[in-house]
Amino acid sequence: MEITLNNRQECFDNEKITVSELLTLKNFTFKLLVVKINGKLIKRDQYNSATIKNGDDVSVIHLVSGG
Amino acid sequence: MNDRHIRQVLQYKTIGIAGCGGLGSNAAVALARVGVGKLIVADHDTVDITNLNRQYFFLHQVGQPKCFALRDNIGMIDPAVNVVAHHIKLISENIAMIFNRCDILIEAFDAADQKNMLIETWSEIAPEKPIISGSGIAGYGNNNMIAYSKSGNLYVCGDQHTEVSEDNPPLAPRVGIVAHMQANTAIDILLQQKRIPYGNNPE
Repeated sequence: MEITLNNRQECFDNEKITVSELLTLKNFTFKLLVVKINGKLIKRDQYNSATIKNGDDVSVIHLVSGG
Repeated sequence: MNDRHIRQVLQYKTIGIAGCGGLGSNAAVALARVGVGKLIVADHDTVDITNLNRQYFFLHQVGQPKCFALRDNIGMIDPAVNVVAHHIKLISENIAMIFNRCDILIEAFDAADQKNMLIETWSEIAPEKPIISGSGIAGYGNNNMIAYSKSGNLYVCGDQHTEVSEDNPPLAPRVGIVAHMQANTAIDILLQQKRIPYGNNPE
C-alpha cells in the first residue's frame, strides 16, 4: 500500500498496518506523539487498534517540552 | 488587505491562549498589536525572575500571576483589546468552559504531556475549530529547523525536536520566533475565513 506520511509518499508491503506498527517501522521514538489519520486524531490507547490503509494521509507530530 | 481592513476583520475575533509563558505572552502581545478584539488567556503560574529571559513581563511584575500581568501589559499597548484572564490550572474538565467562545485556540504550555492533553481535549470538544500548538523551541541558532505543519485543524509550529533541558534552555529569540509563528498562523486562518464564505474553506 501507499500512504502519505508527513507529506511524503511511503510504500509498505502490508495491505494495512496499525498505528503502533507504523511507529515501529519508521522508528518514531519520541515519548509524546500526536497521530492523525486523514485529519482525525488517534489517541494513544487506540494505537494498537487503529489501522492505516492504502491512500491514507497520516501525520505523526512530535510534542517536546518547552514554552 | 491593508492594515485597516485587517483590523476590521480581527476586531470581531476571539483567540484563546492556554498558558502565559514564553509562547503565550509573546503570542498574545503580537495578536493585541494587530487588533484582535478579544483574547482569553489562562495560566496558574506567577512571574518568576528567571522568566524574564523570554517572557513578556517586567521586573516589577515578579510575583504577580502571569495572566493578570499579561492583561496589564496589553492594556498599556492597546486598551481597546478585551483581555479576559483566568488564573487557573487548565485541566481537561475546565477547558471547554474557559475557551468555548474562541474562534481559535493557541496551545502555549511548557510540558509536552500538557500539550498533548490540550490537543486531545480540543479535538473532542471543538473538532471544527483550529488549535495551534508550539513544539520545539529550545536553545539558539538552527533557524532553518523551525517549521510549520498542518493536519486537519491542528497546526504545529516549532522544530518538533529540541526539548528544554539544563543544557538547552528556552531563550527569547527562538521562543519568540515560534510564538510569533503561532500568532501569524492564527491571523492567517482568520483572514482567510473572511475571504472565503464560511463552510467552504478548502482543506
